[in-house]
Amino acid sequence: MLKSLKLGLLSAALLAAQPVLADGGFGLGRAATDAEVAAWDIDVRPDGAGLPEGSGSVFDGEEVYFEKCAVCHGDFGEAVGRWPVLAGGYDTLTSDRPVKTVGSYWPYLSTVWDYVHRAMPFGDAQSLTDDEVYSITAYILYLNDLVDDDFELSKENFAEVTLPNQDAFYMDDREESPVWSNRERCMTNCKDSVEIVARAAVLDVTPEDAAARKAKEAKGAAAEEPKAAEAKAEPAPAAEPVAVAAVAELDPALVEAGEKAFRQCKACHQVGDGAKNRVGPHLNAVFGRPAGGLDGFRYSKAMTAAGEGGKVWDDATMAAFLAAPKKVVPKTKMAFRGVKKEKDIDALIAYIKANGG
Amino acid sequence: MADLKQNRRNFLKGTALAGGALLAGRATGAAAAEGDPAILDIQPWAQQLGEGVDARPYGYPSPHEKHVVRRSVEWLTADPVSSVNFTPLHELDGIITPNGLCFERHHAGIAEVEPSKFRLMINGLVDKPLVFTMEDLKRYPRVNKMFFLECAANSGMEWRGSQLNGCQYTHGMIHNVMYTGVPLKYLLEEAGLKTNAKWIMPEGADASAMTRSIPVFKALDDCIVAFMMNGEALRPEQGYPARLVVPGWEGNMWVKWLRRIEVGDEPWHHREETSKYTDLMENGKARRFTWEMDAKSVITNPSPQAPIPHGKGHTILSGVAWSGRGTITHVDVTIDGGKNWHAARIDGPSLDKSMHRFYYEFDWDGKPLLLQSRAVDSTGYIQPTKDALRAVRGENSIYHNNGIQTWYVNANGEAENVEVS
Repeated sequence: MLKSLKLGLLSAALLAAQPVLADGGFGLGRAATDAEVAAWDIDVRPDGAGLPEGSGSVFDGEEVYFEKCAVCHGDFGEAVGRWPVLAGGYDTLTSDRPVKTVGSYWPYLSTVWDYVHRAMPFGDAQSLTDDEVYSITAYILYLNDLVDDDFELSKENFAEVTLPNQDAFYMDDREESPVWSNRERCMTNCKDSVEIVARAAVLDVTPEDAAARKAKEAKGAAAEEPKAAEAKAEPAPAAEPVAVAAVAELDPALVEAGEKAFRQCKACHQVGDGAKNRVGPHLNAVFGRPAGGLDGFRYSKAMTAAGEGGKVWDDATMAAFLAAPKKVVPKTKMAFRGVKKEKDIDALIAYIKANGG
Repeated sequence: MADLKQNRRNFLKGTALAGGALLAGRATGAAAAEGDPAILDIQPWAQQLGEGVDARPYGYPSPHEKHVVRRSVEWLTADPVSSVNFTPLHELDGIITPNGLCFERHHAGIAEVEPSKFRLMINGLVDKPLVFTMEDLKRYPRVNKMFFLECAANSGMEWRGSQLNGCQYTHGMIHNVMYTGVPLKYLLEEAGLKTNAKWIMPEGADASAMTRSIPVFKALDDCIVAFMMNGEALRPEQGYPARLVVPGWEGNMWVKWLRRIEVGDEPWHHREETSKYTDLMENGKARRFTWEMDAKSVITNPSPQAPIPHGKGHTILSGVAWSGRGTITHVDVTIDGGKNWHAARIDGPSLDKSMHRFYYEFDWDGKPLLLQSRAVDSTGYIQPTKDALRAVRGENSIYHNNGIQTWYVNANGEAENVEVS
């Protein structure tokens, strides 16, 4: 009896320890307004649920795509660098190097519309109009040879488009595989012999920290061409004082603020030692250079024309461009809305200059 | 004599701040033969005063630990804004990942959300579409739960063979954290699920507006809207001010910077559950909705970034194991490439869907080793070899590689990532 009483007390204590749920909730939160739901509820499903009214053609899509997408995804959806490939890749899914594109892999067109609309262009999400999203989606279909060049995509005909790989997906079946059903653990004498069959050191792709990498590079350069390395090192002292003098005039606090602001530029631009062209041109020695004037970078026609028209990057032209890129150079490839705060613009210019810009 | 001079010089340098009030004590007269200078010399920290309590209002690790950082693999992704870095597992012990070392995976960089502008909306197939503020969330009953978060792509670079030398890179897309937050169930019940509600879709407030489809049974089971990690507010890179916790399931579903949860009757088939995070098989078909992270383990010490420093003799092997389907019941370790296995010792809390710490202590004879660990979880599932996984899936999968990892340790104690027959 004592035992059952104890148990009773224990379970009562356990019940009491649970949070008390008010009937139907806690009465917290407030009703969302229709306008609020409309502002955030932007998702689209394969059955077309969520699609807004609108339409866009392959023809219109090509223009928007060249302006806003091609800089990363390539003119034909073939991709620049390691950015995602959008087109082609048919018959590669069983090969050594599968190329997963909208045409070769993606099951539903709604995913393209939804993703372009919610997350693209990279760094300027949700800036496209609904018709622009329809037209880009139509153009991606065209790049994948799935529609003709006179095709127009709209809310009405959206559900009629099916992607070739739709039926290749199936629900997780790991629990039916031999990996799952194996419940035998061998503990002793499990193998007669053991051989090493693959080694990471052969590939040598493991990242090193900056110091180790510099040491290795220095060693490599010294071993290859010791004279060249010495020759390279010599002019540096002469050049340095000039650079230091210019940098010294910059306000350190401003440079520091610029470093933070530059984070939003980093996705596309590099500046400083070893800076390379990425999605955007590197910014070393950008001040004093004509617009579109860096050899080896593929500028938009508009940017090249601006340089040929006499535009040179200085504090004023750079500040204006950073504030509203597309106003200053219409049709620039730079898919960036512009820096909102004036002090960020000054900081960015200081930071770029401090780092060899 | 030279040693003594050097010793004295170090000592002088070390005590320079003491204003030259040198004590001609044991230190100056100490010969190396008498003992360890670390003991015989008076160390500067034993004599001078250190920084006061206000010098480090938010504490940070010793400068001697500055190499213990997250690291990335530059060639892996197109740029650092949509990329990943890795937890330095080889530098950690126990089961808690410190907040500043939890690996990061962003799709549009770190969203710097102002908490006063945080709103969480629940809409779709509910009786009352609702909006919550942070203050609202903090008035719900809270829970504290420890869970691992593993990216589905963890070890993804190792599918075709050994590639990266270091468990930070091969296994570091994981962290294990104590979350404080509100069971998602309470919020969904507050809004009132309609009878045809089968799926939820969490959405992030960042510039990728991350979305995933999650079945309602999981949402009502153990999902949490978390706002604290390891006792303090979420770090910005981990979704401040609130993220979704989806215990045991792939990390991509744990939407950070949470802003909305939609309730529906069908999955959305968005980018991260079609183009990405699906498992391409050898025949060109693909598995989808492979949510659970299967049992897995890795030896963190020794490993390529953490060689055995002491030569032969008593040696401690350590590692971590976890399963998205329960607890870890056993970890076996082999030092001969899988001929013979030994039971490792699991130490510390054994919690559901949380990291477990294991140790295997042995007398190393100084000869080369082939080290592996093998985890068994509470469902009886045994961590497979990479060959067993490849026999089912081929080599084109990226995600869900939970195969056994091998380290080759040479006679110097240096380790390399290898595969064995």
